[in-house]
Amino acid sequence: MEKKIAHFTIDNKECTATTGVSIINAARENGIFIPTLCHYEGVKPAGSCRVCTVKVNKRHLTACTTPVAEGMEIEVDTAELNDLRSSVIELLFTEGNHYCPACEKSGNCELQALAYRFGIMAPRFPYQFNERDVDASHPKIYHDHNRCILCKRCIRIIKDEKDLPAGSQGRSIFAFNQRAKKVKIKLDDRLGKELSDELAQKAMDICPVGSILVKETGFKTPIGQRKFDKEAISLDNSINLKAMKEAHHE
Amino acid sequence: MSKPVIATTSLAGCFGCHMSFLDIDERILDLIELVEFNKSPIDDIKSFTKDCDIGLIEGGCCNTENIHILKEFRKKCKILVSFGECAIMGGLPAMRNDIPVKECLAEAYLSGPSTVNEEGILPNDEELPIILDKVYPCHEIVKMDYHLPGCPPRADLIWEVLHALILDVDIDLPYELIKYD
Amino acid sequence: MTTQEIHGILDKYKHDKTRLMDILYDIQHKTNYIPMDKVDIIADELNMSSADVEQTISFYHFYSTKPRGKYSICLNNSVVANMKGREFVAQAFKDELGCEFGEVKDDIGLFETSCIGMSDQEPAALINGKVFTNLTTYRVRELIRDMRLGMKVDDMFANTFGDSMNSSPLIKSCVRNSLKRTGPILGQEYIPGKTLKKQVALMSPQDVINELKKSHLRGRGGAGFPTGIKWEFARKAKGEKKYVFCNADEGEPGTFKDRVILTEKPGMVFEGMVIAAYAIGASEGILYLRYEYRYLRKYLVDVLDKMRKNNSLGKNPGGIKDFEFDIRIQLGAGAYVCGEESALIESAEGKRGEPRNRPPFPVEKGYLGFPTVVNNVETLIAAVRIIQNGGEWYQKLGTKESTGTKILSVSGDCLFPGIYELEWGFTVRTLLEMVGARNTQAVQVGGPSGALIGPEQFDRNVCYSDLATGGSMIVIDNRRDLLKDVVLNFMEFFIEESCGSCVPCRNIPTLLKQKLEKILEGKATNKDFDDINNWAKMMPINRCGLGHTAANPIITSLKNFRHLYRERLKKDIEFESGFCLDDAIRESCEFVDRIPNI
Repeated sequence: MEKKIAHFTIDNKECTATTGVSIINAARENGIFIPTLCHYEGVKPAGSCRVCTVKVNKRHLTACTTPVAEGMEIEVDTAELNDLRSSVIELLFTEGNHYCPACEKSGNCELQALAYRFGIMAPRFPYQFNERDVDASHPKIYHDHNRCILCKRCIRIIKDEKDLPAGSQGRSIFAFNQRAKKVKIKLDDRLGKELSDELAQKAMDICPVGSILVKETGFKTPIGQRKFDKEAISLDNSINLKAMKEAHHE
Repeated sequence: MSKPVIATTSLAGCFGCHMSFLDIDERILDLIELVEFNKSPIDDIKSFTKDCDIGLIEGGCCNTENIHILKEFRKKCKILVSFGECAIMGGLPAMRNDIPVKECLAEAYLSGPSTVNEEGILPNDEELPIILDKVYPCHEIVKMDYHLPGCPPRADLIWEVLHALILDVDIDLPYELIKYD
Repeated sequence: MTTQEIHGILDKYKHDKTRLMDILYDIQHKTNYIPMDKVDIIADELNMSSADVEQTISFYHFYSTKPRGKYSICLNNSVVANMKGREFVAQAFKDELGCEFGEVKDDIGLFETSCIGMSDQEPAALINGKVFTNLTTYRVRELIRDMRLGMKVDDMFANTFGDSMNSSPLIKSCVRNSLKRTGPILGQEYIPGKTLKKQVALMSPQDVINELKKSHLRGRGGAGFPTGIKWEFARKAKGEKKYVFCNADEGEPGTFKDRVILTEKPGMVFEGMVIAAYAIGASEGILYLRYEYRYLRKYLVDVLDKMRKNNSLGKNPGGIKDFEFDIRIQLGAGAYVCGEESALIESAEGKRGEPRNRPPFPVEKGYLGFPTVVNNVETLIAAVRIIQNGGEWYQKLGTKESTGTKILSVSGDCLFPGIYELEWGFTVRTLLEMVGARNTQAVQVGGPSGALIGPEQFDRNVCYSDLATGGSMIVIDNRRDLLKDVVLNFMEFFIEESCGSCVPCRNIPTLLKQKLEKILEGKATNKDFDDINNWAKMMPINRCGLGHTAANPIITSLKNFRHLYRERLKKDIEFESGFCLDDAIRESCEFVDRIPNI
């Protein structure tokens, strides 16, 4: 089937992309970076962080879940939208307990990187100091809920595919638990114990923050040489670039 | 015209931010040309002797003494700056914030694995500052005018910001200077 | 519960993981909780992880992996319940049991729950899923005594059951219908199956849709999407199968109309579903019934059975060739957000009730990925009347943009709470006169997600273009502290009922509530007002209707009752952190046994 090309604008710049691809990818194809935390190329978008919120014909929509269509007028880099994005990042910093100086992911963390990009000196919201626990009971994974931003990447990506009947989907190794303010990610007790080195490493890699870590690693890269020490997060260095390459490869 | 006056203090902090301040190295000579120091660990002036222009606060508030000093700084200083992660969000001392203070005290003085306190003596002398229920970021106690993140804030950041505040000019801070660790 | 029994339940639902809600319900219902070792069995049998099964369990208020007690009491904590003396009833429960809410004592669990749809007869509670209304402190003592004696919940009712069908052997409930005023939809006689057999059978599906379009009927759940157009989309959508859902998950505090409709005219609701199915080409229907209305289930199942016998369901309903349609009832398990249509579909698929991202819309990809129409209970009975009397007839009722009637649930400070069916376009003042409201300070139009309005707006018209409502009308008189008694409670409601997926919805209502508390303590400054207004601007970026409206209690009251906020404002002060030193040192002084000297 021939792919239909959509013509649309982003911040008044004329763009084209294949009809039906997400706005976030359509923007990327046109060299425009839309920040995101929960989106991971190649898996079903969750639309849960709302960082990629853009305005399409005056309506707020998430760029990861909305397919691009002919004639769309998309706003991305406006003062209003950047302030909204910054607010979301600030909310995450006050909702969780993010002690960056003591975090193994510091310098490679996408939440922190976006905060740097938006130049956040201190969040506008009061710190909540919510009670969060640390789960170190699993042999390979150190799971720190203080740092979790509930983006659901781990839920969507890390699946157990052993001994499954044909045609069924992989079991979720990570899952949401509870609702509202109490919501947290739970690592399955049984599957967590059997987790392969490969999957454990993948879980750590796709986690945008330092919530999922492989035990006995960390602080490997010296300060000054970490991913976001010198360069702001952009099209060229976000996790999604790697994910994109992998997805295309498949 | 008299020089602008600077005061600094370390509340629930580790003095790391002050060490970073000293890391501006020889620029400290330029700074002394530009400003006068009042209450500060740097010159060891213990109490305010006059109103100040700029106050740098390291550390959050974990006890009544911190609150007292912070409020005094707010009264005496025209501009108050949260200086480092602890002042901004409580920092590592705030890692106790999701644990009830009673449990923290019990762990520290009664039941901790390395605690030897057979008589169960607890720190309750009235001369001691009283521990707060949690560690408070400075801006949740008084109005703070600026925030300099970092653990510690980079010396260059401190220099750039002080310089701008003293000369009352706008600055565009380079990306590398704003870090939370 | 034995492992064998678990397997029995799993077999009953053919090991289908999309029926997880039913599997969990059967277990919870039998043992009052779902033990973790049983979760593992369910997970293994359904090829899921235990964490995934627990993901569903922990989402819903009425499922639990911890014991809830042989008797589990869930006392409603809505605004209206508070107005009617809930505080005393709650205290009586705590005193009699010697425990706090959230605890289980002597095998009796005491819990709070959001509005259970009994606002016309509060205070009310669910005990093991059975509804007990008009509770008094005396009645509480009787109930606890009966529980201590080990009495069956069914035997704990007083001798008098409610009116109408509520006293039928299939319901046996003390709920009353409180029908105060009926109109063309509720009032006219309804002859089961007649519209289907005599009229729909002679029409093409497109004729049905055209009639609906002619009527300008709009969805009665609150969003107001034109029903005819929705059906047309679903008709045109491609899919091997199509579904019709009836949304009976009315959770908006203050609403109870669907409860009354389902008690008074259940056959008409189902007939509406059959008509919708015929119009869009659906073969299966699901009535999603909120857990709180579980007491109606047997009765509704019986109605469905009768319809099958009367040739209104099953093969060729109404004698229509090439048409097959049946309906099953899906019980919810306590989650307001499931009233949102895509969350409702997720829930019916056995998952957490999290609203979906759109597109695709349910009419394109809904239940199990098939085109699905979700209609409100009230919409469906209106559809039956429209076919019966014609779209022309219907669109003459009400106003130009808001045709037809609205069935209102009126509660709060008025003499005659209950159900009122009125043509759209009436003023709030007219309604207040009708319901016997006096000294009215405010009306919450459309429940917490709607707007709080004051007397200067009582002449506004209730209709889609002015004051829209899903039907909840809570009357508040001048004895109440609007901010403390009403707005604060509504904020707590939204905080509790967020699914927790979108960042702003999970956080902003809590922060706004903290601001409101600061205002109530008299510690707020102008800066706090600015913060409220600025922070609430994040709500439109949430995914669903709950997220969009969760700040409305504060936003609309700040707009319409600014004076109440202003009079609590701390004046002539630029900054007030709200920090209280006495509170901050209390705990540590207590622990080290020290008299504060500050």
